[in-house]
Amino acid sequence: MTPTRRRRLVIVIAMVVGVAIAAGLGLQAFRNNLLYYFTPSQVAAGDAHAGQRFRMGGLVAMGSVRRTPGSMTVHFTLTDMKDSIPITYTGILPDLFREGQGIVVYGTLEKNGQFVADQVLAKHDSKYMPPEVTAAMQKAMQAQQAAVKGAS
Amino acid sequence: MFIWFHKLASPPYFYKFAGRLSPWLAWLSLLVIIAGLYGGLWLAPPDYQQGDGFRIMYVHVPNAWMSLLVYTVMAMAAAIGLIWRMKLAHAVSAAAAPLGASFTFLALVTGSLWGKPMWGTYWVWDARLTSELILLFLYLGYMVLNRAFDDRRTGDRASAILALVGMVNIPIIHYSVKWWNTLHQGPTVFFGPRADIPPSMYIPLFIMVAGFMLYFAAFILKRLQVEILQRERNTAWVRELAEKS
Repeated sequence: MTPTRRRRLVIVIAMVVGVAIAAGLGLQAFRNNLLYYFTPSQVAAGDAHAGQRFRMGGLVAMGSVRRTPGSMTVHFTLTDMKDSIPITYTGILPDLFREGQGIVVYGTLEKNGQFVADQVLAKHDSKYMPPEVTAAMQKAMQAQQAAVKGAS
Repeated sequence: MFIWFHKLASPPYFYKFAGRLSPWLAWLSLLVIIAGLYGGLWLAPPDYQQGDGFRIMYVHVPNAWMSLLVYTVMAMAAAIGLIWRMKLAHAVSAAAAPLGASFTFLALVTGSLWGKPMWGTYWVWDARLTSELILLFLYLGYMVLNRAFDDRRTGDRASAILALVGMVNIPIIHYSVKWWNTLHQGPTVFFGPRADIPPSMYIPLFIMVAGFMLYFAAFILKRLQVEILQRERNTAWVRELAEKS
């Protein structure tokens, strides 16, 4: 490699490394602003500001969904298996909304610890499965539970 | 072999080589994409949660992967062009940019069409979607800067630097779903005992990716022919070629 080419190679490498370091420091500084949502444990730890609008993501707790008859209001609990936050939402829910589903809510945390959401987005996971497989898995699980019950 | 590489880097020789290879790759890519679409739209089973809606994956994922791959090719060629002052390398970057921009645009559009029914929104400003949008602007910025100077060589060098600076965005896009909480789902595990997706669903996906790569290979060669003719328009061999036809 000729000296001029080596010099140009060094300049190019230095430029790429420099930009990478600058970007890394910048992203580190804005770490929290880049979070699309907080988790219920972050909210419980006081990382999110009460009274300010923010997003919170987690799973809809099993058996927690209660609909108010005659209105579009839904109450449920959002959990990350560590902490849980009660949610109130009025409006149309996305198709994938169900108990155990990962969702993101947008709204404010009231002083009484109640989160009032005005937007609910469903988060789908990175798993893909044919429906027959899920049906077979559920059947196997039920059979197992029945066997456990029969034994006791 | 080394002599063949040297010959390949000479514009007149490469022009002929690209012209011969490109149609074969184009037809092959068409066949592979038809096979992949058949596998993805008819043979693959519906998803347990998303039903048939997940099938947009067979165009969204190849577009998204290609948007990253093409940018990497473009930045590598830009580095070679800057360091070794190779004529053909800058032409490769310039030919790759519009193709990469198209892949990025289609990844964004198909992703937003997928997001509406599944997430409940066309667009959110999460880290994955935002960094992919920045990638589109990097491609467009490269294309504009490349043509912004009267002297093509100045444009090549300036835009090559932009391409290299933008390279920092590629790992950010890839790892965005791991580094931050995003609405976009995390990476799917393709192989192994804990795989997130069965072979009946991922084999058509990989066929589609192969088809998209062949498409890119075919059309970058075609675009390179145009780039070479424009860049070499004052040389004897191009004049000869023009007089012949």
